[in-house]
Amino acid sequence: MPKTYADLLREARASIREVTPQDVGALPPGGATIVDVREASEWEQGHLPDAVHISKSYVEQQIEGAVPDRDAPVILYCAGGVRSLFAAQSLEQLGYTNVASMSGGFQAWKSAGLPWEAPVILSAEQKQRYSRHLLIPEVGSAGQARLLGSKALLIGAGGLGSPAALYLAAAGVGTIGIVDFDVVDLSNLQRQILHTNDRIGERKVESARKTLEALNPDVKVIPHEEMLVADNVDRIITGYDVIVDGTDTFETRYLLNDAAVAKNIPVIHASVFRFEGQLTTFIPYEGPCYRCLYPTPPPPELAPGCSVAGVLGVVPGIMGMLQANEALKVLLGIGETLAGRLLLFDALDSTFTELKLRRDPACPVCSTEAVAARAEGRPLPIPSFAAAGAATSAGEPFILGGGQA
Amino acid sequence: MSTVWIPQVLRASAGGNKQVELVGSSVGEVVDALVAQYPSLRGQLLAEDGGLNRFVNVYVNGQDVRYLDGLSTPLGDADELRLLPAMAGG
Repeated sequence: MPKTYADLLREARASIREVTPQDVGALPPGGATIVDVREASEWEQGHLPDAVHISKSYVEQQIEGAVPDRDAPVILYCAGGVRSLFAAQSLEQLGYTNVASMSGGFQAWKSAGLPWEAPVILSAEQKQRYSRHLLIPEVGSAGQARLLGSKALLIGAGGLGSPAALYLAAAGVGTIGIVDFDVVDLSNLQRQILHTNDRIGERKVESARKTLEALNPDVKVIPHEEMLVADNVDRIITGYDVIVDGTDTFETRYLLNDAAVAKNIPVIHASVFRFEGQLTTFIPYEGPCYRCLYPTPPPPELAPGCSVAGVLGVVPGIMGMLQANEALKVLLGIGETLAGRLLLFDALDSTFTELKLRRDPACPVCSTEAVAARAEGRPLPIPSFAAAGAATSAGEPFILGGGQA
Repeated sequence: MSTVWIPQVLRASAGGNKQVELVGSSVGEVVDALVAQYPSLRGQLLAEDGGLNRFVNVYVNGQDVRYLDGLSTPLGDADELRLLPAMAGG
């Protein structure tokens, strides 16, 4: 005899453990994964804090991504406590051993006066644009909203800055500042993919703005058409959440490091030479800074300024994309950054090598003593930068060890 | 025998070699053997006082020798030494 809806509901109630909203509200943080199985339109009206959203029609497909451990506690809820019972049956069929359904659903939760939150509402176009992000539990609409509200600063719109900027803009990082005082040159186009042939002679910040805003109108590009120097570095970097260092001079790299450490802004660092790249993430006071890694720059005779050393165009492309990956993790607060690790890339061998980095307890910029000294208005002396006149805009690599190119 | 990896930046001063096999029981001995073989590397690796230049890092099996025992860091047979100068290209 065919079953009725009432039969199915009775069976579900008999087999699925139910918990009250008060039980759920009393759980310690992280005490269970709370899954909202309602439709997206209902979720957008408000949901339990820290809940993840998997609508009932996707539960079987998506639960393993959200809850990989089949013995972990999972609590499902819907609007009134019925759909979550049926969804819980699906989880049990999938082998989940600790599944409960919240009786009375979100309505009972709200009636009990328990806290709830309304998610940031993305427009229909944004939902489509970022749909592949929204499908990832680690990003989702909350993470996407965070990216849209984030500010990233790129030092240099050159070989590293081009791919980094493109991916950050595509990802919906809402504000992208670009520091570059140079103009587009034909020799840039072999790797600086922000720019195009018809923009030769145009200011790089303007060319970058056109490219990025054409890619994603959600992005506001702030051009800083100036060279980063001691007099403007604090003003320029203030207010940014993360900095992508794609410059090409030691002078700028140290200047940026010192200012960013003082302002507690993470810097994603990369540099390239021919077929090789170095990459790390400097998170002030959590990991080493650039001066911990390289206490002093090479002397001028070993770093003679811009040259024709050359670089395989795709090398800054790869390193710049890895920078974008690090920046996105910093902005989203997910994963493990490269703080304390230096990643070397060798394009000829296609190998990555990882080296361990440490904070220098005597660092004149990020050590405890340096922080205290700054707070007292008497910063520790920093080794002077000798390579006068070395600063240029992003694009050409330095040579260490003159005359090798 | 330790393997010393030469980065591209320094390779022209090391006969174009990407890796060099050298004998030495400490980092200092291996670096000395390296600069004996390729004298033009000396100025790039070593300061006038004979210590390592502060803009070149040396790693033994992925660890910075500044946090081990510097040039006195002992080396075993299969150890891997990596020279890493600062580079600025972007």
